[in-house]
Amino acid sequence: MARLTGKAAHDLLETIWRIRLFEERVAQLKRTVQAHGLIHLSIGGEGVAAAVCRQLRAEDAVYSGHRAHGHALAKGAAMPETMAELMGRVDGLCHGLGGSMHLVDRTHGFMGATGVVGGNLAMAVGDALCAQLQGGGRVAVVFFGDGAVQAGNFHESVNLASLWKLPVIFVCENNGMAEFTSREEHSNVGLVRDVVAPYGFDRATVDGSDVEAVWEAFGGFLRVGRRGRGPFLLECLTHRRRGHYEGDAQEYRDELADREWEQRDPLTRFQRVCLERRWVSGREVDRIQEAARAEVEAAVGFARASPMPSMELAQSLVYAS
Amino acid sequence: MRNDERVIVIGEDVAEGGPFLATKGLSEEFGRERVRNTPISESAVCGVAIGAAQAGLRPVIEIMYIDFITLALDQLVNQAAKAHFMSGGQLSVPMVLRTQGGASGRGAAQHSQSLEAWLIHIPGLKVVMPSNAIDAAGLLLSAIADPNPVVFVENKALYFAKVQAPADPEPIPLGRARVARAGDDVTVLATSRMVGESLKAADALAADGIQAEVIDLRCLMPLDRDTIAASVQRTGRAVVAHEAVTIGGLGGELTAQIHELAFDYLRAPVGRVGAPYMPVPLSPALEDSYRPDAELVEQAVRFAIEWDQPVEPSKL
Repeated sequence: MARLTGKAAHDLLETIWRIRLFEERVAQLKRTVQAHGLIHLSIGGEGVAAAVCRQLRAEDAVYSGHRAHGHALAKGAAMPETMAELMGRVDGLCHGLGGSMHLVDRTHGFMGATGVVGGNLAMAVGDALCAQLQGGGRVAVVFFGDGAVQAGNFHESVNLASLWKLPVIFVCENNGMAEFTSREEHSNVGLVRDVVAPYGFDRATVDGSDVEAVWEAFGGFLRVGRRGRGPFLLECLTHRRRGHYEGDAQEYRDELADREWEQRDPLTRFQRVCLERRWVSGREVDRIQEAARAEVEAAVGFARASPMPSMELAQSLVYAS
Repeated sequence: MRNDERVIVIGEDVAEGGPFLATKGLSEEFGRERVRNTPISESAVCGVAIGAAQAGLRPVIEIMYIDFITLALDQLVNQAAKAHFMSGGQLSVPMVLRTQGGASGRGAAQHSQSLEAWLIHIPGLKVVMPSNAIDAAGLLLSAIADPNPVVFVENKALYFAKVQAPADPEPIPLGRARVARAGDDVTVLATSRMVGESLKAADALAADGIQAEVIDLRCLMPLDRDTIAASVQRTGRAVVAHEAVTIGGLGGELTAQIHELAFDYLRAPVGRVGAPYMPVPLSPALEDSYRPDAELVEQAVRFAIEWDQPVEPSKL
């Protein structure tokens, strides 16, 4: 089991700060109608995004659901182009045609977010099929929430992956909520690891706000996956700080106590660990935070300076040539 | 598959050749990794094809009956069709979804439909319907080479016709129709099995001096508007013949497009030949009545011809 080292931890902390500050800014941009459409924030999920994606190579494919900003950034999507995409600008990752739920950065292997729950589980399986046929040690990863587990597509995809022993890692962020309802109203099976147990492949359930635990569990699966084998399920128990989408009134659950959040916030917890283990100094933390803040502001400036796409451009991209 | 190792075949029973023997011999030559049986999971199998295509393979997936494409529609419509657009051009999905439809064989309501009209409504998909084996080979080559998702709709009644085919088929570009029979009096736009039926009707009509031009559309999307326009502008009359239910079928769309292309040239309303508005019945006599044929095409043509014929006043 590969343990987390100082160098990797530094990179993770940086990534988590970048995602956190990006998302907080995006929330503000959404409120002021400068970021558009249905926006789902990764606040609370940064630890999983970083711990998983920062261990991957550009040629490993990552698919994600509608809550994908953190995954995209952690996988290497450039922040200015990501911000521009949320703001619908022509210099966005997808020229402003996709938006928050459809982020793609092919050069870094971020193969797509999707707005249909469970919509790309099988696509990750297909990527792993290609990886297996071609050899070379590539793996595919797909992020999804516990809400996707009840969709038929989940079972079809898991069955195919296990039947063909494909190098795909299913990463479930189980925050106990699907849109506005709690998991127990959706399923009699509380843990996703128990849903996939009959398929007989390796699975683990970890605390999603414990970055080190996610890093180690994912790293273990990754090592085996690189030998062309799989599949795997990594279930990360997380906590969704904000509503399902920005604008969600959240009347359906109790006020989140600040103290409770501090215990479940992956950023707070991991930063404390990094300081205790002397992986970073207090001054370094300030530097990381400041650099991330500046990077976010630069991204907003870049996006604001970019024009909107044209109908001609849109029309030219209906078909590939 | 011999020329391009990226081409793989997946679907139910494909390694054994399938119920219509369409993939017969492939697994023996290319192995069971490249010609891969799947469980009954149309949605995920379609998704696997999309993901594999986006990663660089050229999957050819088979859905045994077009009636079951319903199970794969989320993947086909919300993912495959839109990947190139939503990604701003970063992704492409070079996959072919082969399937078959048609009412002939007493399959009844859930195994006999013609659902291709749904698919032309989805920007990003291409839809091909060959009417004969030679065209099918050429069109399939082009479909596999196409960087877009292509739905390739075969017809169960046409599978076992014996034809002499070239050993090395030439690719037929998508979006180019074929004039199967030239004529000046009426344009018949037909797809799939109805091309053969329209040619039979044309023979019967020729005996009465009516020369029908039969155009095999081959491709529903992209559509060969130029060939359609040139023909209807010359003949002034059009009949669309397809096996699918008339209401909501391709005929309505083509009628509107013909108005755009040739309204001032029309001497009669555009006629449509298709199936009645009902699910496909089992009972043999009913299925045979249900299924459109040469006789219906002939009737539609005569109707168009008679629309503006001067009537000889009867002699008292």
